[in-house]
Amino acid sequence: MSPTERTIPGPSVNPETKPFWDAAATGKLLVKRCTVCGERHHYPRAICPFCGSDKTEWTEASGRGTVYSYSVFRRAPIPYAIAYVTLAEGPTMMTNIVDCDLDKIRIGQSVRVVFKASEDGPPVPMFTPAA
Amino acid sequence: MSIKNKACIAGVFEHPTRKADTQSLAQLHAESAHGALADAGLTLADVDGYFCAGDAPGLGGLSMADYMGLTLRHVDTTETGGSSYVIHVGHAAEAIALGKCNVALITLAGRPRAEGMATGTAPRNYGSTAPDAAFEYSYGPTVVNQYAMAAMRHMHQYGTTSAQLAWIKVAASQHAQYNPHALLRETVTVEDVVNSPIIADPLHRLDCCVITDGGGSIIVTRPEIAKSLKRPVVNVLGAGEAVKHQRGGKIDLTHTGALWSGPTAFAEAGLRPSDVKYVSIYDSFTITVLITLEDLGFCEKGQGGKLVADGNLISGVGRLPFNTDGGGLCNNHPANRGGLTKVVEAVRQLRGEAHPKVQVKNCDIALAHGTGGSLATRHGSATLIMGRSDA
Repeated sequence: MSPTERTIPGPSVNPETKPFWDAAATGKLLVKRCTVCGERHHYPRAICPFCGSDKTEWTEASGRGTVYSYSVFRRAPIPYAIAYVTLAEGPTMMTNIVDCDLDKIRIGQSVRVVFKASEDGPPVPMFTPAA
Repeated sequence: MSIKNKACIAGVFEHPTRKADTQSLAQLHAESAHGALADAGLTLADVDGYFCAGDAPGLGGLSMADYMGLTLRHVDTTETGGSSYVIHVGHAAEAIALGKCNVALITLAGRPRAEGMATGTAPRNYGSTAPDAAFEYSYGPTVVNQYAMAAMRHMHQYGTTSAQLAWIKVAASQHAQYNPHALLRETVTVEDVVNSPIIADPLHRLDCCVITDGGGSIIVTRPEIAKSLKRPVVNVLGAGEAVKHQRGGKIDLTHTGALWSGPTAFAEAGLRPSDVKYVSIYDSFTITVLITLEDLGFCEKGQGGKLVADGNLISGVGRLPFNTDGGGLCNNHPANRGGLTKVVEAVRQLRGEAHPKVQVKNCDIALAHGTGGSLATRHGSATLIMGRSDA
């Protein structure tokens, strides 16, 4: 039987980002927020990329977002959709759009987070069209 | 302090190979270096500054100085992907203006074809310690699908079409037919491009550059040395560099760092886009050219589709002749890094040594632009403006 889903390489976890992946394992999407300038950012850093403060905290995101851009990689053995999704909380993140008809993905579409098992690491946040 | 007219490009060389089965990587660098030195009428003993980037083997500048037998008092290994070599020309001009070196050698080489590298279609892994790696690699980011997302957004926001992008490849192919070294010499039509297989929506196979082995080299030197040589003098008039990144998640795929590197270079040169007779624009993909031309000010943001359509980039036909060697789309993209060959063709144009069928008349001002990394997210941009000695 040929595989129908792409194998997802596991993300490498380091001390700075471990809380993100620990939360992902429990189905929660975290976003870093700076307590000094108030900006949220992604990918998560210990030091705020907007003001340089080290007073950053983990906040739970709603998991809702909209598709900023996407591309279906037709050339791959198993075609998949890479995308940038803008979270309701502000930051835009790279992701995949999954569990849907890839031909019907559109910019501006509402999506919600789902977590997909990776091959050799924690589950990774992906998005699927919101009902 | 400005670098304007403080340094000249005295020698250029584009390695003629497109598949280097019988040469090593260091050898390709050295063959390119000797080609540019011969073009300039200089020798290895004249070189006292060396510039290379991430494609150089081993310890980069150290390994190549060792292999070639260079005696150096200045070395610069600035790495901004395919834009590195355009930046190197600006940095070499700075070093020469400050008296840090007299003859700067820049080299590039690679053998992705001979090594069977899946250049655009396999996810790139820059190592697990790259801070973005864990938040991107799992999603299968390749060169082509990342550039494709910029194209998709541009189409959505500005109504750019696949046919407009196709005109960029059509223009490149019109030029490549006259280049005996070009990998792809057959002319193509807009229909050929849009009917070629989709690689990553909305980019077709013919929206993508070629994969080639080879290399190239540039010699930058003091004006008084350049004038003592037999080749036409090409002056460095202005240079700009910029790094654009993801701004903590405030991602905007509709523009590149050319929005900043362009005005910097034009201000230094004291020129405007309308003064430029010929442009070499990094063309990893058709979309790269379109967005870059907008950002450099050759048209308003969002109007790039109209600018490139209907043959406007074809030498002798349109108003803005570009990549008259066939560019990365048809001629050559050595080491998957196209910045150096952009400078080489601009120098050929300024010397009046481009193929007669594509030579721009009275080409006194030329611009070369490099892009390295992922378009509009994490990349280096470099703009270089050069002039003929009478410009």
